[in-house]
Amino acid sequence: MKKFLAAFVGSMALAAAPVALSAEATKELKVAYDSDPVTLDIHEQLSGGILQLSHMTFDPLIRWTKDLGFEPRLAESWERVDENTMRFKLRKGVKFHSGNEFTSADVKFTFERLKDSQDFKAIFKPFSGINIIDDYTFELVTSEPYPLLLNTATYIFPLDSEFYSGKTEDGKDKGAILKHGNSFASENLSGTGPFTVAERRQGVRVEFERFDGYWDTQSPGNVGKIVLTPIKENNTRVSALLSGGVDFIAPVPPNDLERIRNDKDANLVTMSGTRIILFHMNQERVEAFKNPKVRQAIAYAINQEGIAAKIMKGFATPAAQMSPAGYQGHNENLKPRFDVAKAQQLMKEAGYEDGFTITMMSPNNRYVNDDKIAQAAAAMLARINIKVDLKTLPKAQYWPEYDNRAADMMLIGWHADTEDSANFYEFLTFCPDAGSGSGQYNAGNYCNPEIDALVQKANVETDLDKRAAMLQEVEQRLYDDAAFIPLHWQDLAWASKKNVNIEPVLNVMNFPYLGDLVVE
Amino acid sequence: MLAFLVQRISQAFLVMFVISVIAFAIQDGLGDPLQEMVGMSVSEEEREAIREELGLNDSMVVQYLRFAGNALQGDLGNSYFYSKPTLEVIAEHLPATLELVIGASLIIVFLSVPIGVYAAIRPQAWLSKFFMGVSTVGISIPVFLTAIVLIQLFSIGVTVNWFPSDTGWGQWLNDFFSTEGGLPSYGRGDELTHLFGTWESGFFTGTGLMHLVLPSVSLASIMLPLFIRLIRAEMMEVLQSDYVRYARAKGLSAGRINFLHALKNTMLPVITVGGVQIGIMVAYTILTETVFQWPGVGLMFLEAITRSDIPLIVAYLMVVGLIFVVTNTLVDLIYGLVNPTVKLTGKKA
Repeated sequence: MKKFLAAFVGSMALAAAPVALSAEATKELKVAYDSDPVTLDIHEQLSGGILQLSHMTFDPLIRWTKDLGFEPRLAESWERVDENTMRFKLRKGVKFHSGNEFTSADVKFTFERLKDSQDFKAIFKPFSGINIIDDYTFELVTSEPYPLLLNTATYIFPLDSEFYSGKTEDGKDKGAILKHGNSFASENLSGTGPFTVAERRQGVRVEFERFDGYWDTQSPGNVGKIVLTPIKENNTRVSALLSGGVDFIAPVPPNDLERIRNDKDANLVTMSGTRIILFHMNQERVEAFKNPKVRQAIAYAINQEGIAAKIMKGFATPAAQMSPAGYQGHNENLKPRFDVAKAQQLMKEAGYEDGFTITMMSPNNRYVNDDKIAQAAAAMLARINIKVDLKTLPKAQYWPEYDNRAADMMLIGWHADTEDSANFYEFLTFCPDAGSGSGQYNAGNYCNPEIDALVQKANVETDLDKRAAMLQEVEQRLYDDAAFIPLHWQDLAWASKKNVNIEPVLNVMNFPYLGDLVVE
Repeated sequence: MLAFLVQRISQAFLVMFVISVIAFAIQDGLGDPLQEMVGMSVSEEEREAIREELGLNDSMVVQYLRFAGNALQGDLGNSYFYSKPTLEVIAEHLPATLELVIGASLIIVFLSVPIGVYAAIRPQAWLSKFFMGVSTVGISIPVFLTAIVLIQLFSIGVTVNWFPSDTGWGQWLNDFFSTEGGLPSYGRGDELTHLFGTWESGFFTGTGLMHLVLPSVSLASIMLPLFIRLIRAEMMEVLQSDYVRYARAKGLSAGRINFLHALKNTMLPVITVGGVQIGIMVAYTILTETVFQWPGVGLMFLEAITRSDIPLIVAYLMVVGLIFVVTNTLVDLIYGLVNPTVKLTGKKA
């Protein structure tokens, strides 16, 4: 009865509220993520957490829409001047948290800082420079035609150049990017974004307050204060939501999806993700893996749909390639090819009917159910007489082993920073080359210069249809060659209380646009 | 007394030296701290440069000597994750853990002594049997399970409809077994009182106390049965002793015998065990803090391990080692107060 009354009073209040309420940002939102931002310097680390922070306290030039298109933010419009140059017009009258006016000088400052950042410089490598035309116009110049120029522009969150210039009291450069130790930028922040950081205790809580002078007055967002608490333990995070302690949680562990779906006060949103989980088969360590028939046999032996249904509880999209739907390289024709008889046949043809023994390694706390996936894969390989000696490790210990290529089959998950297919190939299937850094995570040592050349060609093709055709051909050839064993794209899930309308602000990149969030 | 303290201080140094050597020796097995510091796509070259900067490429001996040199000046290095001196990070997290331990200890003291004594004096009473039964169950349930059950019952709430709700008694039983929930399930709450230094206390506000309830009960649940059984057993033994019989024969009142003469001697072994258990409780706070996202040193330590934040791990282990030495020293001192015949240094009087 009480609840009913409260709901009734609530709805009355809502009905009585003026329509223009959206401008009044007065709601408080308690958020629990699995971690809090490690620093306030958004150029110190390239990670999901930092990008989430960037979207709360800064604004990018342009940002991704739900359907992987672009929408203008600080850049109002853009046009290609020539093959290597894109001209951007900036929004006028935008203020930083410090009160400074936002101009193209800030973009230049930010661009140069990004090129210095250890984590971001790789993404900005194709860019040769920036030309300032006037206070609100500038051009980004690449050394070669670059089809992913706009993708990269989503990473430019202009910093307040005045705020980050000069020296601190103890004589340190305010703009310095420090990976460890304290820098000015890691503890102070001034952006153009919807929220300012009011209080921060690392690992305990971060408090954000709505920025009074936020430029986007059209935003429907009505959240005035956000309290972010990192809750690493899955169970505790879910309990915090169900007990009403917090309003919004992410990620939601697969085991609790049903529980939240069945809770009448909670709201669950899931989405097929873009992070591919796959196995590499190391050809340098195992002679048999050099034989495409053996690799194909393994590809036929692994039941992606079974893993997605049974181990991931439907919380994954089975994959037969690296590019998820929506990416240019996504090839509709490629389907998971589970067929044990065919796999056994291929092993026989390759002369390995009696099988062989291999080692396998997987992390056990990095991806959703990573160790269980590896166990299932090992069991599936037993059916084609490949005996697997499996070892699972915590991520802190796994990655050094990965760098050493310590096992014959190794599991890895990859998300393309550029939201583009080519990034997958560059890191995961390019011929490994320590000098240029290509194939840095290619633990299969698979090497096909023809495919690499095709990707390189696609990387300078600005006709997006032609480029898509090239990248899809790459996927096809990798599939035919069974260069690696794709498993699935891990789904994403968020949950909130019923009155928090999270669905419109969520996206597959997993940076919720909390500035636009509406709480009823 | 002085000799005793000097002995203990030198022991403390030895303990901390050994811990630091062990911690350093295993750091290779803890993983690569760089994984948490840089994005996946950062090149090997860049990583190598950062490693060089952090001094991770030096040999273990060089690293240890550098660490030991700084440690002697009171500097245990900087945490990679917090970018702050490790001791400062620990000082920030320690009050939360101490308050949790204090909360749990209060529950243990105020419940175990009366229950233990009662169960010893009236071993056949059904209430005693009930307490003993419950404590057997309590001692065998792991702390995180207790915590999860408590959260489900008292934070989220449970609605029971095992009984027909259209009958009066069914409804009453349903209501009886259903719980409202509402107790905070994570963290320490927003209203903390600043006491001194880094100590923010939850003992002085309503929400602060509410946040303490479930974590303290969970932490206490693992120790409480142990203490009830210990006090009961000790007390029963003391009650059989000659001097208690003599006191009875002399006609002293039961209250005076039980609570003045018997209880005092019962407490001796309890204090010893208690001192050791406080140290062990630090280990259990790791589990409790994880489940309740309690921002204390246990949670900090566990996360430091997943991040391979080696300086913080080493510093934490050394601080815990120090806590063990200090509590044991205090226990020995208290022991001397309770029973003056005990000689601290173990020499002949």
